[in-house]
Amino acid sequence: MVFLSSDRLNAGLIARFARRELAPNRFDLIAMALIGGFAVLVVHGARQMNLPVSALSTTPISLDLARLPEYALRSTLRMFAAITLSLLFTFGVATLAAKSRKAELVIIPMLDIAQSIPIISFLAFTMTFFVGLFPGSQLGVECAAIFLVFTSQAWNMAFSFYQSLRTLPGDLAEVTQQFGLSPWQKFIKLELPFATPALIWNTMMSMSGGWFFVVASEAFTVGKTQYMLPGIGSWLAVAIDRMDLRAVAWAVGAMAVIIVAYDQLLFRPIVAWADKFRFEQTASAEEPESWFLDLLRRTRLAGRLLKPLSRLGRLITRSPRRRQTAPTPVSPRLAQWINGVWTVVTSAAVVGAVWAIARYLFLHLDLADLLTAVGDGFLTFTRVAILIVVASLIWVPIGVWIGLRPTWSRRVQALVQFLAAFPANVIFPFAVMGIVAWRLDPNIWLSPLIILGTQWYILFNVVAGASALPNDLKEAAGIFHLRAWQRWRDFILPGIMPYYVTGALTASGGSWNASVVAEAVSWGHTTEVAKGLGSFIAEATAAGNIPKVALGATVMSIFVIALNRSLWRPLFNYAEKNFRLT
Amino acid sequence: MTLTLEKTEQALAPLVEVKDLKHVYGGGKGGPGLVVLEDVNLTLKADEIVGLLGRSGSGKSTLLRSIAGLITPTAGTVSVSDVPGDDAAHGVAMVFQSFALFPWLTVQKNVEVGLEAQGVPADIRRKRTLAAIDLIGLDGFENAYPKELSGGMRQRVGLARALVVQPSVLLMDEPFSALDVLTAETLRTDLLDLWSEGRMPIRSILLVTHNIEEAVLMCDRILVFSSNPGRVIAEIKVDLPQPRKRLDPAFRALVDDIYARMTAKPKAPAREGHFPGTGLGMALTHISTNTLNGMIETLTGGPYNGSADLADLARELQMEADELLPIAETLQLMRFAELAGRTLRLTAPGRRYDSFDVDQRKQMFAQHLLAYVPLAAHIRRVLDDRASHQAPASRFRDELEDFMSEAYAEETMDAIISWGRYGEIFAYHEDDDRFSLDDPA
Repeated sequence: MVFLSSDRLNAGLIARFARRELAPNRFDLIAMALIGGFAVLVVHGARQMNLPVSALSTTPISLDLARLPEYALRSTLRMFAAITLSLLFTFGVATLAAKSRKAELVIIPMLDIAQSIPIISFLAFTMTFFVGLFPGSQLGVECAAIFLVFTSQAWNMAFSFYQSLRTLPGDLAEVTQQFGLSPWQKFIKLELPFATPALIWNTMMSMSGGWFFVVASEAFTVGKTQYMLPGIGSWLAVAIDRMDLRAVAWAVGAMAVIIVAYDQLLFRPIVAWADKFRFEQTASAEEPESWFLDLLRRTRLAGRLLKPLSRLGRLITRSPRRRQTAPTPVSPRLAQWINGVWTVVTSAAVVGAVWAIARYLFLHLDLADLLTAVGDGFLTFTRVAILIVVASLIWVPIGVWIGLRPTWSRRVQALVQFLAAFPANVIFPFAVMGIVAWRLDPNIWLSPLIILGTQWYILFNVVAGASALPNDLKEAAGIFHLRAWQRWRDFILPGIMPYYVTGALTASGGSWNASVVAEAVSWGHTTEVAKGLGSFIAEATAAGNIPKVALGATVMSIFVIALNRSLWRPLFNYAEKNFRLT
Repeated sequence: MTLTLEKTEQALAPLVEVKDLKHVYGGGKGGPGLVVLEDVNLTLKADEIVGLLGRSGSGKSTLLRSIAGLITPTAGTVSVSDVPGDDAAHGVAMVFQSFALFPWLTVQKNVEVGLEAQGVPADIRRKRTLAAIDLIGLDGFENAYPKELSGGMRQRVGLARALVVQPSVLLMDEPFSALDVLTAETLRTDLLDLWSEGRMPIRSILLVTHNIEEAVLMCDRILVFSSNPGRVIAEIKVDLPQPRKRLDPAFRALVDDIYARMTAKPKAPAREGHFPGTGLGMALTHISTNTLNGMIETLTGGPYNGSADLADLARELQMEADELLPIAETLQLMRFAELAGRTLRLTAPGRRYDSFDVDQRKQMFAQHLLAYVPLAAHIRRVLDDRASHQAPASRFRDELEDFMSEAYAEETMDAIISWGRYGEIFAYHEDDDRFSLDDPA
C-alpha cells in the first residue's frame, strides 16, 4: 500500500486506484508464484556453487567509541546506496509499467505482492546468494545488506510513481502532445515534476522504515556463519554479545543523531524545495520550511556549486526532437497474436515456478513442519492483532487530542516521525534485561516489541487526520452540544477513519516484519523466545536450515497477503469511499 | 473590411479542411459505441474567425481536437495546410479551457514550451518569448508562477504560448468559459483588438464555445452543432461590423435566431422533447427539483406572466444556453411548460403547480413523474410487484445501458433517483444501491 501523503489530492487518486484493484485476481497468483519460484532458484543456484562461505573473513568490530562515528557513517552510506537503488528501480520499472500495458499486467501485481512480503524473513536467502556471487569478500555481504534495505523501500516508491504517471492531468498531457514535445521533454517537463511530491513523501516513508533493516542486516548469523558489516547494527550486536549496556546506549544516541541529521539536512530541504511541484494552481496555505534550504539559498557558494548542475539540466532538456503524434491503433489481429504469445510465455513461467517451489519443499520438509509453521503463524497473527487493538486504544484518543490542537500537533508530528524512523531493534536489549530480571513469560512480554517501532504510524496518521477535520464541522459539533460519545461516533471517528486505517495497515505490515527479530531476542548468552512464526524463522535461520526458512517465509507471506486482501484493503476502500472529507 | 486582390486570392486557399468526419467513442468490444460526430465538413479560410457553437456532448471539442492532431477520428480526413515560406512546422496551436499551464514553470518558461519542443536556439527562443509576452500584455510577469496569477492573466499566458509558435490557425477551446464575466469580456476585447490590427502572427481563429453571445460577438461565421450525434445543423454568417454592440437590435435578433435554431425540434418524430431516445431508453438530464421549481416561479412572477423568451431568461438569470435548455426541456417533458420556438410557456398544470404548497407540489410532481417519465413508472411498477418491495438499482442501470452509454445511464439514474425522492414515489439507499418503497416518514 502506498503511503498517503498529506496532499489530499494525491490521496484521492490513490484511493481511486486502490478501489479498482479490490478483488484478488489471477495476476496476484501469477506474481506470487513467480517471486517464490525465483527465490527458490536463487537459493538453489547459490548452494550449487558450493562455496566455502565460512571462509569469509570479517573485520572484527570494536566497541571503541572513536570508531562509532565511522560506523555511523558506514550505516548512513548503506542507506544512501539503497535509496539510490530504489530510485533507479522506481524510474525504470514504474515508467515501464505506466507506458506498456503488457508490462503493467505483470509488474503491478508483482509490486503489490512484493510490498506485502515480510522481506526480513528472506535475509538468509539474499545473504547466501550475494555471498555466493562474491566469494570470500566482504562485498557480497555488503550487497546483501543493501539489497535487503532496497527491498524494504522500493515497492511503495515505484507504486507512487506509477500512479502519478497514470493520473497525469489530461490537459497538460494534451499540451505536450499539441506543442510536439518529445517523450524525453514530456518526462522532464510534465511527468517527473508532477510525480515529485508523492515520490518524495514515499521516499521519506521508505527511508524511515529502512533504518530497522539496516540495523538488522549488519549483523546476521546463518547456521555457523556470522556476517558482520561495520556499522551501527554490528556495533549493537557486539555490545549485546558482551552485555555492554553503555555501548548500547551509545548506539541509541548515534542512531538518533543520524536520523535527525538525515531529516534536517536532506529531507526537509527537499520537501521545502519540492513544494513548487504540488499540482495546485493556488498557493498553499502553509508552506513547508527548511532552515537548511534557506541557508543554502542565501549562500553564494551554493549557487556557484549548483550552476554547473543547472547547465547540465539545460543540456538534458535539449534532446533530439521527435514529434509525438496521436496514437494509432494496432490492428486487431496483430494485437490478438501478441496477446496469445504473452499468455503462453507467462503461463509457462508460472508452471515452472510452482513446480520448482513444490519440488524444493517436498524434498526437504514433511507435513509436521508445515503444520508447525501454520500453527506458529496463527500465534503471531494473534499477537499482531491484539497489539494493533491495544495500540489503537492508546494512540487514537491521544492522537485526536493532539490533532485538534494545531500548535501541539506540529511539534508532535516531527517527534512522531522521528520515533517511527528510529529502529526499534536498537532498544530490544533493554526488554530482554527486564524479562530476565523479573522472570517474566517471554510469550507475553516479548510481544510488545513487535509493535514498538510500528505503533507510531497509527499515532502519526491519527494526528494528521484529526488536524484535517474541517473547522465548520468542529463548530457545528460545538454549537449543537454533541455529547462526548455522540461527538466521537458521528464526527471524530468517521472523520479520521481513512487516516487511521492507513496507519493501522502500515503498522500491521511492519509488525510481521518485526516479529522475525522481536520473537527471539538475545542479551549476552541469554536468548528469550516467544513461540510464533517469527521465532520459527529466526531459529531456522540460526540453525542454517534453509528449507525451513523458506517454508516459514512463504507461510508468513501468505498470512500477510491474505490479511491485506481480506481485511485491510476492503477496509481502506470502505473508509476512502464513505469517510474521506474533501 | 477591404481586401486587396492578393489577399483575396490567399483567402481562397483553405487553411484547414475537414471532410466527412466521424468519431465514435468506445464500441471496442462489439458494442455500437457513442457517435459524437457524424458527417462533419468544415473549411477554414484565411482572415476569418469561425465559431463552433453547440451544447455539451455535441462533439465540438472533439472536432477541435481532431484538427489539433490530438485525436485520430474514426473516419474522414483532416488536412491542415502549412503556410508556404514559413519555417514554423506547426500549422495550428491550441488555447485550453483550463489554461493547462505547468504550475512548476514560470510564465516565461511556460510560453517557451512549444519553441523548446521545436528545438529553437535559446537566444532566439528568449527573444520571441519576450515579444509574445509583451504583445499579450504580460510584461512584468515573466518570472511569476501560474499560481500567483489571476485566471485572466493565466489565460493570457496560454494565449502567448500558442502565439509564440507562430501557427497559421489558432484553435481555442472555450477559452473564456472558466473566467468571470468581466475578465472574459476584457480578454475578448483585447483579442479582437489584436486580431483587427493584424498584430498576431495568425491567419485564422477557430473558436469552440457554448455561449451564443460570445459567438455572435467574435465570429465571422458560426457553425451550430446538434447533439447526439454532433452534426452541423446550421451555418450562420455574421455580417455585423466590428466592434459589435450587445444592445444593437441586429445583434439581439441574431442571438434570438440562434436560440431558436438550437431549440428547434429535430426532424425525427419518435423523440419526446429533446431527450434522445424514447420510453425507457430516454436519456434524462439531472436537474435539481429546486431548479425546476425556481424556473416555474420565475416564469409566473416578474415580467414574464407565464411565458418568456429564452434569450431574455438567459440574460436575466446569467445562464448560458447550455444550462438553460436542459431545464426548459425537463419542464416540457413533465408537461409543466412548453417550448415553442424560442419561447418557454407554462402549461395550465404548471401554473397550478406554482400556486401549491410544498406537499401539494410533491404530490403533483409524483403524478407527472409517473405519467410522463416511463423509467419512473417502470421502477415503481417493479417495486409494487415484488413482495419485498425492493429492487437493486443495478437492474435498472443495466436496462438503461442497453439503450445508451454508461455515462448517460449514470446521469439518467441520478436524475430519476433525485426526482423520485422528491416525489416520494420510492426510496433509494446509496449504501447498497437499491430502491425500496419504505418511507422513513
